[in-house]
Amino acid sequence: MNHDPGGAAGGTSAPVEPLLKLRGIDKHFGAVQALYQVDLDLPAGQVTGLCGDNGAGKSVLTRCIAGVHQADHGQIFFEGQPVHIRHTRDAAGLGIETVYQDLALADNLDIVQNMFLGRERLRRGLLDEDSMERAAAETLSSLRVTTVRSIRQPVASLSGGQRQSVAVAKAVMWNSKVVLLDEPTAALGVVQTGMVLNLVRRLRDRGLAVMVISHNLNDVFQVADRIAILHLGRMVAEGPAAGFDRQSVIEYMTTGGPKMQAHAAAVGAASATTTGGA
Amino acid sequence: MAQTENERPIVATAPAPADALVDLTAAAASDVADLPPEIMAQSLGQYMRAWLQRIRSGDSGVLPVLLGLILVAIAFEIITPENAYLRPSNLVYIFGLSTVYVVLATAEICVLLLGEIDLSIGSVALLGGTIAFKLVQVDPGPNWPWWAAILTALVCCGFIGSIQGTLVSRLRIPSFVVTLAGYLLFQGIVIVILGGADGTLTVSSHVPNQSVIYNLVQGIINPTAGWVALAVLVVIAGTAIWIRGASRRRSGLVAPPAALIAIRIAFMAAVGVAVVAICVANLPSGVPEVIPIVLVIVGVWTLLLQRTRFGRYVYAIGGNPEAARRAGVNLAWVRTGAFALCSATAGFGGILLGSFFYGQYSTNAADPGQLILYSVAAAVIGGTSLFGGRGKPIHGLLGGLLIGGIAYGVSLLSLGSLSTPLTYILPGGVLLIAVLVDVSSRRGARTGSVSRV
Repeated sequence: MNHDPGGAAGGTSAPVEPLLKLRGIDKHFGAVQALYQVDLDLPAGQVTGLCGDNGAGKSVLTRCIAGVHQADHGQIFFEGQPVHIRHTRDAAGLGIETVYQDLALADNLDIVQNMFLGRERLRRGLLDEDSMERAAAETLSSLRVTTVRSIRQPVASLSGGQRQSVAVAKAVMWNSKVVLLDEPTAALGVVQTGMVLNLVRRLRDRGLAVMVISHNLNDVFQVADRIAILHLGRMVAEGPAAGFDRQSVIEYMTTGGPKMQAHAAAVGAASATTTGGA
Repeated sequence: MAQTENERPIVATAPAPADALVDLTAAAASDVADLPPEIMAQSLGQYMRAWLQRIRSGDSGVLPVLLGLILVAIAFEIITPENAYLRPSNLVYIFGLSTVYVVLATAEICVLLLGEIDLSIGSVALLGGTIAFKLVQVDPGPNWPWWAAILTALVCCGFIGSIQGTLVSRLRIPSFVVTLAGYLLFQGIVIVILGGADGTLTVSSHVPNQSVIYNLVQGIINPTAGWVALAVLVVIAGTAIWIRGASRRRSGLVAPPAALIAIRIAFMAAVGVAVVAICVANLPSGVPEVIPIVLVIVGVWTLLLQRTRFGRYVYAIGGNPEAARRAGVNLAWVRTGAFALCSATAGFGGILLGSFFYGQYSTNAADPGQLILYSVAAAVIGGTSLFGGRGKPIHGLLGGLLIGGIAYGVSLLSLGSLSTPLTYILPGGVLLIAVLVDVSSRRGARTGSVSRV
């Protein structure tokens, strides 16, 4: 089912084994099959853009990696080893962090408090604010998130891009190796989008495996080294971004590409019309 | 921790690092008006300007309640017969009367921070008081030592709170309903413990074991000891605040300007001197024991909410429960614990209430409905948000004093026929104003939608 326009997986410095490898992931909810036999590679030091129309299964796939859902079938390999991710704690233990679209920041807490929420440092049983403040400042500065006036300001007073940056910084703070970003630029203006995309590049430069889920093909082509496209729960294309252009990605997203169309035609004309009209 | 290679850490905050690092998004500068004043200010002048700006934008902190206290004092001094309101005897009486509101409001704040409400704390307070009083009875009675009686009362109240908290957190029944049921239920149990609708429980100042409980509010510390205690308190607290500020500044973190810290310490000392002077001028001369007791309660709550994980999670749940849940916080435990601690504190408030009534508990000693309304009013007037996530124990102290001040001022007007209706109208009006301030500052703070889990 997979189509690989660019040939070999990976970019210029192709790693032997992708950091995170999914093989044959199936997931259904009741009678609805959300994912069919999905394969996906997330190599370290590369940004993978996950594209797909509404209902293609992007979120379900993300949640399977993050441990929110469990795949019915299929295997996940982390650093070459098969792993079972049954809970979000398992994912966090492996170093897989997810930044959801709603960010999950507490508006009334400041940046430091949000970044350390749930993992506060203690000294003599009490919160060690000074040490947490220094560590948060270090992380933010290493990611060049410098537009915030103070890391002691409440998150409520931040702009959308700054909030996104704080959420990402929170995710990478814990020696994470894989970061999944769900629609990181959805609610942002042009300048703020640029700020977040730069942040994504910095994560890649630090050697993290990054997956960006996005509707916005502009953003995907700006940051992605690799592109993976889901269509109706199937991975219809996956490969280096250089092998795609805007037109081909749209075609894969809307029709599932030539193979899918052939497949649909074989299965029946009815499903082909629905697919094409989506 | 984060691997920083070549960058020097932006040592927290302040105006420092923007030049050192390549700022790719200079255009997206944030607006200064939203920031808390402590953050940017390097000097006292800057601090004052930031502070004024913040008040104008709606986030006024404890300022309204401080102004309210001054206003109430002046107003009642003018309208009470013989201008008696500010006499030392009346002020000391107000300290005693406010005690129960302060303690109950401090308890309620923990639950309000979660975005919940506990309507049962009035009844729970009376329950705690009657249990403790019952256990030290001599004639027919268990005659327990005073400390065991108080401890048992607190444990009982804490247990009650944990049950209510469990119903709220596990079964997701609205706290309003659970605690409203509790309010009626526990009021009934209080009457049973008192031994019928006209029963009373008394502790005497002449029985040594009972006198400890009797003296919680009625007892006084002699003037010399009061002055010494104040001096020690100011020196210790002042030194601690000063050292903390200095150590933060040394390690490069942002700290309030030294002048501001000095002003705060001086203000604290001035208030302390005023309170002790008033108490000493009163007859019998001395500081009521209840003042240090209440300060300890407020202090412990402040430590718990500001400096422990539990407190941090309480704020996080009040701000965004989904964020707390994803961060691995056990919402049910924190919520249950908050209700339990709230009820235990309320139980202690009830013991203080009995002592305030000269050691006598009866069914008509206090109306639990009025207790709970005054305590919630005190918390909100003090600056705690009804919507969760914003508030401090000090708000309970200031709000409780304001409510106590109004309640007593109204009772001084007893000659006029206005007194009874004003008992309800004044606190109601003040509460309404406080809620309006709360709502407007909430709008001002641009808080996003708060989702519930």
